[in-house]
Amino acid sequence: MAEQKLLMTEAQMDKAIHAMAEKVIEDGLSEAVLVGIKTRGVPLAHWLARRLAQITRKTPKVGELDINLYRDDLSEVAEQPIIHKTDIPFSVDNSGIILVDDVLYTGRTIRAALDALIDFGRPKFVRLAVLVDRGWRELPIQAEYVGLTIKTKIDEVVKVMLEECDGKNEVLLKEHFSKRT
Amino acid sequence: MKLAITNGRVIDPSQNLDGDYTTFAENGIVTSIHRNKKVPPGFEILDAKGAIVSPGFIDLHTHLREPGFEYREDIVSGAKAAVAGGFTTILCMANTKPVNDNASVTEMIIKRAKEVGLARILPVGALSKGLQGKELAEIGEMVKAGAVAISDDGMPVMHGKLMRHALEYAKSFGVPVITHAEDLTLSDGGCIHEGKVSTALGVAGIPEVAEEAMIQRDILLSKLTRHRLHVAHVSTETGIEMVRQAKKKKLPVTCEVTPHHLMLTDEACLEYNTHAKVNPPLRTRQDCAALIEALNDGTVDAIATDHAPHSEDEKSVGLGCSNFGLIGMETALPVLLKLVHQKKITLKKLIQLLTMGPARAMNLKGGSLKKGSPADITIFDPNRPVTIDPNRFFSKSRNTPFAHWRLKGKVLYTICNGKVVFSS
Amino acid sequence: MSLSVRHILSVNDLTKKDCALILKTAQNMEEISERSVKKVPILRGKTILLCFFEPSTRTRTSFEIAAKRLSADAVNISSVGSSLSKGETLLDTAKNLEAMNPDILVVRHAQSGIPHLLAQAVDCPVINAGDGMHEHPTQALLDLMTILKVKKRIAGLHIAIIGDILHSRVALSNIILLKKMGAKVSLAGPASMIPLGIEQFGVPIFYDIRKVIPSADVIMMLRIQREREADSFFPSLREYSRFFGLNKETMKHAKKDVVILHPGPVNRGVEIAPEIADGEHSLILDQVTNGVAVRMALLYLLCGAKK
Ligand SMILES: [Zn+2]
Ligand SMILES: [Zn+2]
Repeated sequence: MAEQKLLMTEAQMDKAIHAMAEKVIEDGLSEAVLVGIKTRGVPLAHWLARRLAQITRKTPKVGELDINLYRDDLSEVAEQPIIHKTDIPFSVDNSGIILVDDVLYTGRTIRAALDALIDFGRPKFVRLAVLVDRGWRELPIQAEYVGLTIKTKIDEVVKVMLEECDGKNEVLLKEHFSKRT
Repeated sequence: MKLAITNGRVIDPSQNLDGDYTTFAENGIVTSIHRNKKVPPGFEILDAKGAIVSPGFIDLHTHLREPGFEYREDIVSGAKAAVAGGFTTILCMANTKPVNDNASVTEMIIKRAKEVGLARILPVGALSKGLQGKELAEIGEMVKAGAVAISDDGMPVMHGKLMRHALEYAKSFGVPVITHAEDLTLSDGGCIHEGKVSTALGVAGIPEVAEEAMIQRDILLSKLTRHRLHVAHVSTETGIEMVRQAKKKKLPVTCEVTPHHLMLTDEACLEYNTHAKVNPPLRTRQDCAALIEALNDGTVDAIATDHAPHSEDEKSVGLGCSNFGLIGMETALPVLLKLVHQKKITLKKLIQLLTMGPARAMNLKGGSLKKGSPADITIFDPNRPVTIDPNRFFSKSRNTPFAHWRLKGKVLYTICNGKVVFSS
Repeated sequence: MSLSVRHILSVNDLTKKDCALILKTAQNMEEISERSVKKVPILRGKTILLCFFEPSTRTRTSFEIAAKRLSADAVNISSVGSSLSKGETLLDTAKNLEAMNPDILVVRHAQSGIPHLLAQAVDCPVINAGDGMHEHPTQALLDLMTILKVKKRIAGLHIAIIGDILHSRVALSNIILLKKMGAKVSLAGPASMIPLGIEQFGVPIFYDIRKVIPSADVIMMLRIQREREADSFFPSLREYSRFFGLNKETMKHAKKDVVILHPGPVNRGVEIAPEIADGEHSLILDQVTNGVAVRMALLYLLCGAKK
């Protein structure tokens, strides 16, 4: 058994997301729309939207983005990624957008997401919200809104579990190296 | 030149012989056959222990491609393939280039065959000039030059009246007419048997009736002209039944079937296998069974290979575009022995269909070990395991559907005119 | 998840799982064609050779658009290999194509089986874009997608395929695929155009199209080729249209929610009346749109396929 460590409980996750929501309001971005990156960015975006609605009484629109069509590693992955539906139910042109993902790591997923978003139109700005920033960036990408920043070893895995995908809400740090996807 | 073949089991259906005999030949003629194992001095001894000694095989239907298509086969490679397969006499069809439709081509083939010397190669003259199906070829001249039969094999004779005249005219010169029975308006562009497989592969089919309608026409013309008709490569149940009925009525009709029509069905064409594309096409299991039955009840006179060499290139252009035909002389014996091992026919029957049967059908001298017959002898081991390896063929071509088959039966010696022309 | 096959040669080779993956991917890629920038970079740098040895503007264009939407370089080749039997063998063709280092070969050929034989000779995936009278697997997949989108299921549907079954690769692929997915498939048309041995696929045959129309959930009309008239498969287009064409009169007996498919191009007024082809039941244009999505899905799924 690989060793694993609990990084965040559900309550801690909620607290972190609430704090992100407050910071978004503070930055004057209450009009921004949210775009969750598939798979776990999507429920997180909805979670953030609920917290924002608690404060502003207005639920921001949430889009879903599958970045598999923008990957740069198709020839290296062992198995062909499944293409999921991308659903952006609003005009990207001139919108302020907050991209939401679970873990910020190399930055390549965000690079792909930015490319994808730009194909939908010309946003006014794009910010990034992540639940966990674990370091090891390979591209010059930063998140404005971060729930938890931790130092990790390269062969560790940060696993964000979400009710919608995994049946419960918590964040784990796993020691053993499993395949990056 | 004196030869004695000892210790073998001699099977000669022409004299109803099956047993341990010693066969003696002098100057190319069988001089005697008897139980006495003592060989007088002066004889070269060939020990056939454990093997079958049979009259040399006769193949009534081959395409040797010379002149004109020497890249596929020529008389040398064809003769080598023949003797490697145990055949000492073969008939070669006229669809060469130029067509064997006049005495000069016939003479040239006979001259070349004599130079090569391995097997007896007997030309079949064309029925019509240039195989065009319009005017009779110079049948008389070709017969004088050595043609033993006439046929437009390769190009079906669509014109009924021409076929009638061919039978009548050939009658005056005493040679049988061989028919490749196919109604071109019915086979029309088809490339394999019309049925399940052609539909699944999406390729145009050739219906049985394309063959059967013409078999019936030619049988009726044989009846009208009272002349010898030989039906080549019968492939269908109904077709063979027509021949059976003709024979019952004592019409002068004979026929041959091929090893591939006996052993393979249209399923051999699956995966677009061009080596199984042949005309007439491979049919169904039911047709194979009917043909085997016809071997046993005497409807079939001969098994002939329709050895039709084609180059690799000509078979590599898709099932629709590639040429019809497959080669058979070097695979015939082991393939046919499978029928014997499966107890579908007897060994004696098989030998009859390769020796006496074809000799009688075409009125040839060989096919027998009777005293005074040509010393054409095939010695083979019916149980020796073999794997068909096209790379080891003597033929110039490799177009066989039997590649890699594991079979039993190997030719050990082929003797033609008293000389050993092949030994394994 | 990947396909169980490396080539798309016959729908026979596809498992139900493969079909589900292809259709799911196609449906999730549909959205790309609705964007203002109709292009994603996933197949950037991939070369897709469109080898249409038999002319077909529609299918070729569909593949070309599909390739371009995924940023692949689609290159049209029609001069090599079109002359099999004129001295060029399949092996020559395969070597010539291979020398261009394609990532996928899309092959259309008038001779059945050529994509199969090419697939054995080249190193990259091959998609059969229609071979002779054999198969047209991408057409059957797009038809499946079109039916599924409207009817939400395939199993249990009654699908009537009407017309020239004998010469139709679309018919053969659809029969096999729809049966595999659990549909009931009936064939109707003149007996001269129903091939021998088709019953091996377990499909009832009707010579009167009015016998199948009332119970059909889907009517798939096949294109009738004018040259068949000269070849005596039927006496005249006029008579064909009268007995085997779909028109207002025959449609009176159809189910209210029947849908009509046609692989195109339509011979208006021959196998199908213009008002039916353009009418409320017709999904002919949806087929074209879905065709691009299905072909995008296949190009994507085959490009990543490891040997
Ligand atoms: Zn023939
Ligand atoms: Zn022949």
